[in-house]
Amino acid sequence: MTAVLRTEGIKKAYGGVQALNGAGISVDEGTIAGLIGPNGSGKTTLFNVITGYDRADEGQVHFAGQVITNAAPDKVFAAGLGRTFQLTRIFPRLTVLENMLVAAQHKRQQRHTVRQRAMDLLEFVGIDRHAGLLAGSLSYGQRKLLELAYVLVADPAVILLDEPAGGVNPTLINLIADRIRELNSQGKTFLIVEHNMEFVMGLCSTITVLESGAAVVSGPPEMIRSDKRVLDAYLGADLEEEEPDE
Amino acid sequence: MTRDSRPWLVRAFLLVLLVAAAVAFPKVFTNPAVTNYGVLALIFVTVASAWNIFSGNSGYISLGHAVFFGSGAYAMGIAARDWNVQGTTVFALLPLAAVVGAVIAVVFGLIALRVRRHTFIVITIAVFFIFQLAAFNLRSLTGGSAGLNSPFLNWPSSGYNTPFYYIALAFAGATIAIAVAVRRSRFGLQLRAIRDDEDRARGLGVRAMRVKLTAFVLSGAITAMIGSIWFYYINQVEPQTGFDPLFDLLVVLMAFLGGYGSITGPVLGALIIEPGTLWLNTQPQFSGGYLSEILLGAVFLVIVLFVPRGIVPTGGEWITRLRTRGRPAVVPVAAGAATAGSAGGAAAASAASPAGATADAPPASRASKGGAR
Repeated sequence: MTAVLRTEGIKKAYGGVQALNGAGISVDEGTIAGLIGPNGSGKTTLFNVITGYDRADEGQVHFAGQVITNAAPDKVFAAGLGRTFQLTRIFPRLTVLENMLVAAQHKRQQRHTVRQRAMDLLEFVGIDRHAGLLAGSLSYGQRKLLELAYVLVADPAVILLDEPAGGVNPTLINLIADRIRELNSQGKTFLIVEHNMEFVMGLCSTITVLESGAAVVSGPPEMIRSDKRVLDAYLGADLEEEEPDE
Repeated sequence: MTRDSRPWLVRAFLLVLLVAAAVAFPKVFTNPAVTNYGVLALIFVTVASAWNIFSGNSGYISLGHAVFFGSGAYAMGIAARDWNVQGTTVFALLPLAAVVGAVIAVVFGLIALRVRRHTFIVITIAVFFIFQLAAFNLRSLTGGSAGLNSPFLNWPSSGYNTPFYYIALAFAGATIAIAVAVRRSRFGLQLRAIRDDEDRARGLGVRAMRVKLTAFVLSGAITAMIGSIWFYYINQVEPQTGFDPLFDLLVVLMAFLGGYGSITGPVLGALIIEPGTLWLNTQPQFSGGYLSEILLGAVFLVIVLFVPRGIVPTGGEWITRLRTRGRPAVVPVAAGAATAGSAGGAAAASAASPAGATADAPPASRASKGGAR
C-alpha cells in the first residue's frame, strides 16, 4: 500500500514547550489509522500542523504526492484533506443545511446538486430532519454528526477525526464507528485521534503512539497492545487487563 | 392559493406599499424642512445597509466607514474643482467616487483585515483619524479646515431637495437589493460562516481574506458614492463633517438598534436614528452642550443592555415564541428514527442525554451577545 499522508521530522515549539519533536507518521491509502498518546503528547498539535492551523518549525508534510507543509487551511482542504475538531466547531447561527453548504463552496457544481448531496449526507448521519434548524440548537452529539457530515460534503480523500467519540454517549459512538467503517469501505482514508481505546482498537488497522511529540511505535492493534514501550508510556495496566474485542 | 404562499403575498404587498409611500413622500410633504429629513434619512439607510453588507455579515465591526464617506465627498469635490465640472454633469463623476472608495478599501482592508475583533476596531479608528488629519493638513488638495464647496446646481430652490430625495432613494433601494443578493449568495454564506468561526470556515475551503476584502471593498465603494451625493446635497465638505467621528457611531447605532446582520434592521435603525438626531438638533433645549449626543449614548446603552440583537431579530423571536409556544425547539429524533436506522435513534439518545442538554446552552448565550467579535 502507498502512504497517502506522511509527516517527516515535524517539530513545533510554543515558547519553551516542545509540542512536537520530530513527529513522523504514515497513513496508507484506504485505511483507518489511529493516533494515540498521553495528554500533551502532541496529537492535536500534529493535526493542526498537517491541516495548516499551526506552522511547523521544521519537517515536512506530504499528502497525495505533494508537499503541503505550512499550506493554509483552505488550501489543505482543497487538496482533499478534511478534519474535525476535538471540541466540535460548527456555525451556530447558520442552519444545519447552511453548515453543509459552507463546505461545498469550493465545488463549482449546480446549486441543486450540492443541496441534494448535503441532504443525502445529513440523512447518512441521521440528522436530516434538522436541516432547517439553527445548528446552535443541536445537541452535542448531533453537532459531532454534523461536523462529520459537512467535512464529507466536499468529498475529501483523507479525513482527520480529532476525538470523534469524545463526550458522546455509547449509542452514538457505535453509530459514528459504523459510519466511519462504511465510508472507509467506499475508499475514504481516516486518521483518528482518540482516547477511547476500545473505539480505536476496534476500528483502526494501524496505530501510531506519540509520546513527548515523537512517534514511539507504530503497528497493528495487537502489536500496540503488547508493546512494552507503549504500556510503559501510556496504556499501563488497564489495557493489559482489557479483554480483546473479538 | 396555498397557505404557504400567503406570507410571501403579504410581504410583496407590504413592499409595494412601502415603495409607493417612499416615492410619494416628497409629493405629499413639499415643505423643504420635511424633505430634508427624507433625503438625509435615505442617505443613512444607504450607509447603514452598506456597512451591514460587510460588518453585519462578517462580524467585523468597522468604526472607519467615515473614511469612505468623506473620501467620496472629497474625491468628487476635488475632481469637479480641478476639471471644472459644473451643473448636473457632476453626477457623471459618481463612478469616480466608487473607484476611490474601492481603492482605499483595498489598501485599508489589506492592513486591517489581518487582525480580528477589538484589534480590527482599533485599526479602523486609527485609519479614520489618519484620513481626518490628512484632510486638515493637505490644504492644496482638500482646502484644509475651510474644506471644499460643491459645484453650483441650477435647480429651483422650492423643489431643490426633491431630485436629491429620488437619487438617495434609488441608492437606498439599490443598496438594499445588493444586501439581499449578498445574503442569498454563496459569498454571503461564506461571510456569515466567517462571522461564526473564521478558522473553521478556512478549514472548509473558505478563502477568508478574499471574501472579507471583497465585502469591505463593496461596502466602501457604496459608502463613497453616497458620500459624494451627500456632499452635493449639503454643498460643502470640511474635515470635521466629511470625516466625522460621530458618523461611525451613528451608523453602528442604527445597525444595532434595528438588528445587526439582518437586511431590514439597519434600514429601520437609520429611519429612526437619523430623523431623530436631526429633530433633536433643531430643539433649543438639546442643540447646545452636546445634549443630543449624550441622549444618543444613552440610547446605545439601552440597546446594548436590553435589546442587544436589535428590534427586528428580537421582535421576530418574540413572534416566533408566541407562535410556537409549548413546542420543543428541536424536534426529538426518536419519532423519525426509521429514516436513518440507528442514526436517528442515536441522535435522539444524544439529544435526550444530559450531555446534550448541557451542550445546547452555549449557543443561546453566544447569540445573546449579538455576534460581536
